[in-house]
Amino acid sequence: MATFIKPDSNDPMTTVFQNSRLLDPASGLDKIGALLVVDGRIKDMICGTASPDVPDGARIIDCCGHALAPGLIDMKVFVGEPGFEHRETLAGASKAAATGGITTIICRSDTNPVIDDAALVDYIRRRARDHALVHVYPTAALTRSQAGMELTEIGLLSEAGAIAFGDGTRTVANARVMRNALTYAKNFDALIAPHVEDPALADDGVMNEGAISARLGLPGRPASAEVIAVERDMRLVELTGGRYHASSISCADSVKSIVRAKDSGHQVTCAVSINNLILNERDVGAYRTFFKLLPPLRSELDREVMVSSIADGRIDIIVSDHDPQDTDSKRRPFVEAGFGAVGLETLLPAAIGLYHNGHARLLDVLGAMTSNPAKILGLETGRLAKGLPADLVLIDLDCPWVAVAEDLVSKCRNTTLERRHLQGRALMTMVDGKIVHQTTKLHLNA
Amino acid sequence: MAASVEISPPILRSPHLLGIEGLSVEEVSALLDLSERWAERNRTGPKKSDILRGRTQINLFFENSTRTQSSFELAGKRLGADVVNMAIARSSITKGETLIDTAMTLNAMHPDILVIRHEAAGAVELLSQKVDCSVVNAGDGAHEHPTQALLDALTIKRHKGRLEGLVVTICGDIAHSRVARSNLILLSMLGARLRLAAPATLLPSAPEQFGAEIFTNLVDAIRGADVVMMLRLQSERMTASYVPSAREYFHFFGLNHEKLSLAKNDVIVMHPGPMNRGVEIDSAVADDPRSVIREQVEVGVAVRMAVLEALAAHVTRVS
Repeated sequence: MATFIKPDSNDPMTTVFQNSRLLDPASGLDKIGALLVVDGRIKDMICGTASPDVPDGARIIDCCGHALAPGLIDMKVFVGEPGFEHRETLAGASKAAATGGITTIICRSDTNPVIDDAALVDYIRRRARDHALVHVYPTAALTRSQAGMELTEIGLLSEAGAIAFGDGTRTVANARVMRNALTYAKNFDALIAPHVEDPALADDGVMNEGAISARLGLPGRPASAEVIAVERDMRLVELTGGRYHASSISCADSVKSIVRAKDSGHQVTCAVSINNLILNERDVGAYRTFFKLLPPLRSELDREVMVSSIADGRIDIIVSDHDPQDTDSKRRPFVEAGFGAVGLETLLPAAIGLYHNGHARLLDVLGAMTSNPAKILGLETGRLAKGLPADLVLIDLDCPWVAVAEDLVSKCRNTTLERRHLQGRALMTMVDGKIVHQTTKLHLNA
Repeated sequence: MAASVEISPPILRSPHLLGIEGLSVEEVSALLDLSERWAERNRTGPKKSDILRGRTQINLFFENSTRTQSSFELAGKRLGADVVNMAIARSSITKGETLIDTAMTLNAMHPDILVIRHEAAGAVELLSQKVDCSVVNAGDGAHEHPTQALLDALTIKRHKGRLEGLVVTICGDIAHSRVARSNLILLSMLGARLRLAAPATLLPSAPEQFGAEIFTNLVDAIRGADVVMMLRLQSERMTASYVPSAREYFHFFGLNHEKLSLAKNDVIVMHPGPMNRGVEIDSAVADDPRSVIREQVEVGVAVRMAVLEALAAHVTRVS
């Protein structure tokens, strides 16, 4: 447990992290050292046990050997503003993010109204500035009203601050529109980050199509629905040369398709939801609606490929796919229940589990949530280097705890990890040199 | 002038003007010289001549047009031809059949010159193979619009005294523009340095083959330009997801004074018309002294007179 020396003021000030395990996925750094934060930026990093010059009045944090890493960047978060404030607000989501060691969230565009106008991008940014603890960047819709027919004003939206373009959980079904979107976006070097699933094939399926859906008598979403969408998009990227990011994939064959495009030199990346890394379709069990997700939980084989793809970098990014659903939405028959699970607070420990289980190297797991998204989004955070903004997370990699829904900061408690034993936790989260979260008591393993 | 037609060798080798492609520099230069003379005479008068007296010119427009059709009509009438305008509304009959049938019907009336506009690329050439008279392409789909390119070249030449080495920026819907295509061929033939500015959705495939520099914004494309040619943005491009909105298009590709100030001081602004004020061109720029848009229309009649005169040489020979 780290000891803090009176961080009584939350104003950006000089902070020294001593005796920390500096982890920087971008450079491969993994060494004991100290880090100095001045005016919201990383002023200095010293490896070894030598102590840096401590400026007068500096806040000193003895990290007790715990890991100090760049704050996490979560590329797929549903925040209910505007229109679904009963599910989550920017303030609430940002608090959950800070608790989970996440310093930047990219929010989805499928709000009400849909974020398809520069004024709405501006609205989100102003609300985030005034109410959020962490950085918030909006994704804007790719087509007007997410109807899949007419392009949004990608240029004006980019100028207003939209960081990527996608229609939430909808896929642009019309290949010509998608082609034009990818082509048009090149003008502004905009990132197209769509949901990938053929809508006609996925239809009204509620879980992965297979033996289990058949046994449960539930309509399925076949893996092919995703693979067809990915393959189509890879062909369109080939045709247009646009910048493309599959917002979350879940099937082994999707990885193959994306890797083929990457190998041909196209600007293609992809993400996987933490849920598809740690759970599979069996977790649906007896119609457990908290496991009704989009993309759905897939077969164990798919999950294994997802994990190995994070380990070897075929998949670039891990997202929480945070999607708060209120009780009303989940306490329903499986077919009628809403899709989605909260995940901001559990992304980091669940992902660290891949490292503890020996499935991936620690720096690769962290890189998928820091330097990789930063690179794709063109953010200067996500790395530990002199001069960069001090977006940091102090992690107790080993701390064992049990996730309890009631203890979540999120307004909605639809977690897939209820009563699950986790290992690792964010002790402190810093955004621009300002501490936005610190923990003093932990739920220890019973 | 009229007498020269009978004795000198024809200006054009072909009895048709189907496109700029295939014309030689000599043919183009001769056409421009002749146009220049007609332009002068249209201002000073007398405008009327009898070069095409007794000849029949049919303007066959399968696509609506006001200015091009009246320009050809005026040109023919000033040369003394009997001009008939035929606006063919699209019928439900298969296009190919209609076209050939119409051609055969018209051919039976023994016209001397057919001026044709059609929305399908290559349709005018197809017609030219079926009739016994001279054919002028007044625009075929997104293929060519040779008289527009010639009048553009003449307008530039009148202002700059030359075309060689001039930086000409063409901005707008290049992919669907016959004006752009004809100008690319003609202006590069005459030695201009061409730049294209368009959203990537409105650039043709393999744009580099046209020998122009490609820009994805107007600001970079207009720097140091001698000539800025704005193209019309059809409203159907917006509903077909090529461009999100007129507002965004104007923001990035519309010509306003701010962007124009990056061009050379003596820049001229051109537009084939009809203009969408506030979409591709700011009203203030359209009415600016540097705008030569109305002069393009004026020169257009002269160019069409020159083309008709050049083809008259063939008509005369045939008869």
